[in-house]
Amino acid sequence: MSDVISLSAAAAAEAIAAGSLSANELFDAYRARAAADRAAGEDGLNCFTWVAVDAPHAFPATDAALAGVPLAVKDLFCTEGVPSQSGSRILEGYLPPYTASAVARLADAGTSLLAKTNQDEFAMGSSNENSAFGPVRNPWDRSKVPGGSSGGSAAAVAAGLAPWALGTDTGGSIRQPAALCGIVGLKPTYGAVSRYGMIAFASSLDQAGPLTRDVRDAALMLRHMVGRDQCDATSLQFPEAIQLPTAERLDGVRLGVPEEFTGAGIEAGVLEAFQAALTHAEQLGAQISEVRLPHAPHALSAYYVIAPAEASSNLARFDGVRYGLRAADATDLLDMYTRTRHDGFGAEVKRRIMLGTYALSSGYYDAYYGRAQRVRTKIAADFRTAFDQVDLIVTPTAPTVAFGLGEKTADPLSMYLNDVCTVPMSLAGIPAISIPCGLSQGLPVGLQIAGPAFSENRLFDAAHALEQSIGFDGAFARV
Amino acid sequence: MGATVIERDEVLHVARLARLALSEDEIEPMARELSAVLDHVAKIGELDLDEVAPTAHVVDITGALRADEPRPCLPREVALAQAPAVADDGFLVPSPQA
Repeated sequence: MSDVISLSAAAAAEAIAAGSLSANELFDAYRARAAADRAAGEDGLNCFTWVAVDAPHAFPATDAALAGVPLAVKDLFCTEGVPSQSGSRILEGYLPPYTASAVARLADAGTSLLAKTNQDEFAMGSSNENSAFGPVRNPWDRSKVPGGSSGGSAAAVAAGLAPWALGTDTGGSIRQPAALCGIVGLKPTYGAVSRYGMIAFASSLDQAGPLTRDVRDAALMLRHMVGRDQCDATSLQFPEAIQLPTAERLDGVRLGVPEEFTGAGIEAGVLEAFQAALTHAEQLGAQISEVRLPHAPHALSAYYVIAPAEASSNLARFDGVRYGLRAADATDLLDMYTRTRHDGFGAEVKRRIMLGTYALSSGYYDAYYGRAQRVRTKIAADFRTAFDQVDLIVTPTAPTVAFGLGEKTADPLSMYLNDVCTVPMSLAGIPAISIPCGLSQGLPVGLQIAGPAFSENRLFDAAHALEQSIGFDGAFARV
Repeated sequence: MGATVIERDEVLHVARLARLALSEDEIEPMARELSAVLDHVAKIGELDLDEVAPTAHVVDITGALRADEPRPCLPREVALAQAPAVADDGFLVPSPQA
């Protein structure tokens, strides 16, 4: 592994600004590694759907904060003139005429587009096995999944094929793959980052966020993503500047452990690593207490009504008229729509469209969608009550470590259970970060830290202090 | 609520609503998988939620309007460039055959 690859994104940005590292050298080093993974096909990790052919012609002036730092971007972000198909066959050949706001802001800050990353189709999945580009492999163990849906982003960062990556999280799609690949992933407060140009899955839940090697890099990337955007009416001005975390202690910080996520359903090895992280937190001065999130056990049910319902509406646009795939030899317009969608969507996307359409259909709307929205209200209220008693909530990020490729594909419900710890925060719209907190069976375990809306600075501080204390070594996956 | 069972006819009805053609071999697994997932999510039927207001969106924003100023839109040829079929400066589709 060359020395430039071992630099964090923040360290690389500093070295470029100081003139001790050339942006071209850094880009070429990553480009070569990413291109090699793509060329390796089944023998590689299959992290990428597209890799830059050349270094950018002109690197931005070095006074831009992130000047010359390469960035890997999840396939579902529209990137002008660069293939963007959200892991789906139905957008085969699509070259967007514009760039997503989150990507544009990071480009304005000086990053260069290195590659687009593989993902579950339309971000629907927890294992990155639902991709038209084939599954991604976990760099810690090639027989295991990297998690999903931002599996390509997580595996690329863990394997040192990109310094950092942009992902999206709807019910855990940044945090869970970050946990399974032993890296840091943040789902920001809903509305903190513009969704403009993200190919939509579930609009009331989708948020873009960073996947990085360490907490400082996550804060650095987020700093250059947040803010109100006229192109997204649900985007908000972040109320304070995002600081790069320096905290090394947790004195006086009240951490709440919800009993709902520390018992049945969580693997023993995961619980062990989680408890060890709590011991670190106590040694750093944190006060730990139990909290209750009484409606959290129903969050998964509410999520698997709300997200498919929104998806069934969002994905109505893929009909073979304006972009992507069109079924040949249609007898009439309806035949063209229905066969294009049959040919273009994968099995999981069809399942979610059917589920969502059913939940919104006449006679079932109140029983499913209406009730799910009411559960969502209760879940948000549970968090508000909990945050009266504690500053932050900590849970395991995922109930298990990375599982085997193909192990859960036959049973959709068992796959959905991967999201049990991450979905409640998504429904409540609050920020949550996953950091690696240890190994179980030789595979990374993630610690999730959640806080009230717009508490990202506090999350980063707590995560940074714990990261320093835990001392997780992710270099193994970067060989 | 008892075990949810989605029948073949219901799968075909929902597929029609979703404008989604299903192959013969997709229908039975779809019925089985939808039944299993709906059975699981039906647990929210046990909660007393009559007095609870629904949440469609967590962000409390109203009237997020920008100034209504004219500006150039996507040029027609750019908008059409990705279309599978184009005719007369528009998207070409098969006849609806109403």
